[in-house]
Amino acid sequence: MATAFQKIYTKIGQITKATVSLKAKGVGYDELATINGKLAQVVKIVGDDVTLQVFEGTGGIPTNAEVVFLGKAPSLKVGEQLAGRFFNAYGNPIDGGPEIEGKEVEIGGPSVNPVRRKQPSELIATGIAGIDLNNTLVSGQKIPFFADPDQPFNEVMALVALRAKVDKIILGGMGMTNDDYYFFKNTFSNAGALDRIIAFMNTTEDPAVERLLVPDMALTAAEYFAVEKHETVLVLLTDMTSYADSLSIVSNRMDQIPSKDSMPGSLYSDLAKIYEKAVQFPESAGGGSITIIAVTTLSGGDITHAVPDNTGYITEGQLYLRRDSDIGKVIVDPFRSLSRLKQLVSGKKTRKDHSQVMNAAIRLYSDAANAKTKMENGFDLTDYDNRCLDFAKEYAGKLLAIDVNLDTTEMLDVTWSLFKKYFKLEEVNIKKEFTDVYWNEE
Amino acid sequence: MTKGTVSGVIANMVTLAVDGPVKQGEICYIETGGDKLMSEVIKVVGNDVYVQVFESTRGLKVGAPAEFTGHMLEVQLGPGMLSKNYDGLQNDLDKMEGVFLKRGQYTEPLDKEREWDFEPLAKVGDEVEASAWLGEVEENSQKLKIMAPFQMEGKAKVKSIVKAGKYKIHDVVAVLEKADGTEVKVDMVQHWPVKFAMTNYKEKPRPFKLLETGVRTIDTFNPIVEGGTGFIPGPFGTGKTVLQHAISKQAEADIVIIAACGERANEVVEIFTEFPELDDPHTGRKLMERTIIIANTSNMPVAAREASVYTAMTMAEYYRSMGLRVLLMADSTSRWAQALREMSNRMEELPGPDAFPMDLGALISNFYGRAGYVYLNNGEIGSITFIGTVSPAGGNLKEPVTENTKKVARCFYGLEQDRADKKRYPAVNPIDSYSKYLEYPEFAEYISKKINDKWIPKVLELKTRMQRGKEIAEQINILGDDGVPVDYHIVFWKSEIIDFVLLQQDAFDEVDAVTSIERQEAILDLVTEICETDFHFEHFEECVDYFRKLINLCKQMNYSQFQSEQYNDFVSQIKAMLAA
Repeated sequence: MATAFQKIYTKIGQITKATVSLKAKGVGYDELATINGKLAQVVKIVGDDVTLQVFEGTGGIPTNAEVVFLGKAPSLKVGEQLAGRFFNAYGNPIDGGPEIEGKEVEIGGPSVNPVRRKQPSELIATGIAGIDLNNTLVSGQKIPFFADPDQPFNEVMALVALRAKVDKIILGGMGMTNDDYYFFKNTFSNAGALDRIIAFMNTTEDPAVERLLVPDMALTAAEYFAVEKHETVLVLLTDMTSYADSLSIVSNRMDQIPSKDSMPGSLYSDLAKIYEKAVQFPESAGGGSITIIAVTTLSGGDITHAVPDNTGYITEGQLYLRRDSDIGKVIVDPFRSLSRLKQLVSGKKTRKDHSQVMNAAIRLYSDAANAKTKMENGFDLTDYDNRCLDFAKEYAGKLLAIDVNLDTTEMLDVTWSLFKKYFKLEEVNIKKEFTDVYWNEE
Repeated sequence: MTKGTVSGVIANMVTLAVDGPVKQGEICYIETGGDKLMSEVIKVVGNDVYVQVFESTRGLKVGAPAEFTGHMLEVQLGPGMLSKNYDGLQNDLDKMEGVFLKRGQYTEPLDKEREWDFEPLAKVGDEVEASAWLGEVEENSQKLKIMAPFQMEGKAKVKSIVKAGKYKIHDVVAVLEKADGTEVKVDMVQHWPVKFAMTNYKEKPRPFKLLETGVRTIDTFNPIVEGGTGFIPGPFGTGKTVLQHAISKQAEADIVIIAACGERANEVVEIFTEFPELDDPHTGRKLMERTIIIANTSNMPVAAREASVYTAMTMAEYYRSMGLRVLLMADSTSRWAQALREMSNRMEELPGPDAFPMDLGALISNFYGRAGYVYLNNGEIGSITFIGTVSPAGGNLKEPVTENTKKVARCFYGLEQDRADKKRYPAVNPIDSYSKYLEYPEFAEYISKKINDKWIPKVLELKTRMQRGKEIAEQINILGDDGVPVDYHIVFWKSEIIDFVLLQQDAFDEVDAVTSIERQEAILDLVTEICETDFHFEHFEECVDYFRKLINLCKQMNYSQFQSEQYNDFVSQIKAMLAA
């Protein structure tokens, strides 16, 4: 890639596991370089001492390696041809197809002016009641699954992506196992959806630091389709915890003082820069949107760890999966899951009784959890407790389980039928205007 | 002016070699690729000046030129700021071109061409000092004062003042003459360095006037006052932002300034989508007319995040100098603290607790100290009520930002995960939360006059009942429903009445979202009446059924228009149940 005019440096002063330092002049911050062909990026300049982060790792780099600065930040060529293609973290094809021809755009570009955004208002239907009924997704939203590594989050995400009515699905895989990569590829191709898919993949076989590029690559492609083609784009990022781990590796190699859980002090800003790319544009800007569904894997369900904690403050809610032992199925946990944007659509794009019915059902489900604790502690159960327990079992099986596929009106009707089956009118605490209509309805 | 050249770059921290004097906090512009990047001096070591850049430093090279401005980070204050959306550096976001924020794009905060109807207040010959009211203009039906320059030292006489009429912000509206004969020309614009507090008032007494927010758990249980300070810590998902928005919609203030500091862009979008449509419950005008938004969302440059809260506070002080009641909300002060941490980390300072800078506590207390209820030099009254949210890492309140804030804020509204999980909103913990103002004799006296002298004793009584209810709930959990006397259940369910009827409130219901003080008085009386009623039940299940039914009726009452037929009907049903 070197041209006749580019200076080649051949004297590296310092090598760590992730970075190299050398003396160089006229180098720009964030600029890319190659070191014996390996891609690296400028992360620190002090006088003429330049520190580079080497994406593939520094193994095998000699002190006399050839260093060439490329004069540009990491970038991606964008165009319609991206559709249906699989790329590595650098945006190079890994599916054997041709190179992309198109406009070269620097990744990690500027943020959208908040006054040029539109308030999200379009429901994204998934058919899963744990999501549509209790935690409705809205286009332009950003929301992660908080899940333990053994939970079927990739399966649920693939299901959501295929059911959602979107123009493009962009998958950013970070530290994904090869098996999961094939799972996504097969699921999407079996569904005949490959032409809507674009994937940027960093698997566990690839160097860890490379995955720092993946979210920005995926979102740069997403911005192309949302801004220039006015499309609705769904971006899937899995797994953001691997991404954060790579951030901490680099900051550690640069001798930065770590803050909580050995994560860099800038973790919040680093994650926010990615998630805030989710946006709904107004009609005047073409009406495109970017919705982000991500995965943050937890260790032993601990959400106070810096990665899920900072994520929770950035994203618009979070979804939890849990195995319900009463029905033996995986459900979307109604207690801890939350979609912050649901009130923008529930009762507005769905039936008016939506939020009251949802809240009442969750409250009764929570009463059931209390009854269960009572039972486990060996206390007698009241009639109300027993009814709650029966309700909870049926509610979990008919609505919360991830294999449910209903539209929201059906979900509401099912919930009303369960209310009537197990409770008295005054026990559900729903506004009279709704009980007048739905309580006596057959 | 002093010039410099870039000698090092680490993310948004840049070192410059300079050729002359610079001051701490001075603003400079670094030129790269045709863009000018605004930066602020944060440390000087010999000839090396460390600056934090308010923009992305991508592509910045060693040797790039920088020019210093001689002044610190300051804002322009004048008519035309209401209903504006600014970024943290007071750029008018609506004036910026394109969908994306371009680096190095700065826009005028005020409109130079707009004409204002100026009315003089001072006369020729009047003796005035800094911040004296010379005239006024009207913006969105709010009378804004045109004041003598804030930085003016000593006294001066009004030499001339223009007649009532239409003027632009930079037209000279008055000329002042100081004792030494120097003239001071006054236009409608003031400049003020944001990091310095304005102290242009005579006295800052203890605040005592209730600030109505329409949120029952605040107004009735833990009231905040005009010129008071409060903070809302809570883990994510417990409703910090919903509560803050409810307060900013409903509070009885003349001006509301919302600093969205490192938070979600969609939350800001929600404000400027909804506020232009919503009515101010006190004046009937559109909410947006009294609101200013300072948006530094989490993806905007980190250094400007710190600036944003100071920009917002300085604007609040400007309006307070005019005798207005200002409500300032900052969401979230933890993000501001994190911005400080990022910089401190890059400067390789020795870290304090949780890697925050050592002076975090001092910064927070100085900032909260700028709020307050003041008597201005002309005897008029102005106030800044400040409510900040805190986002404690992992929801753990034993962390530096929460602890340092607790030392200075007088009201504490602790949001609780457990309440949020149970959908008991607002999730303000009724037992741990407090308002120090309830203990102020000045406040008690004010409430006796405004409402009645039974109010505070009733509130304190209910607080005790909540505490007792919680203790009994724990006992029931241990001993079982049958293991405690039925009377215990009655005490517990009375506390549930307080919780469900008074404390819980549906922020998304048209009627329930905002409760007038008059209506809060009615609820307080009703709940007190229920609590003071003697009940006798044979069995605890009978008690549970009774109270469930009562709660349901009270909730229906809360959802009905105050004193409507439907409302009165529910009230009489409740009274009938109590009498039975």
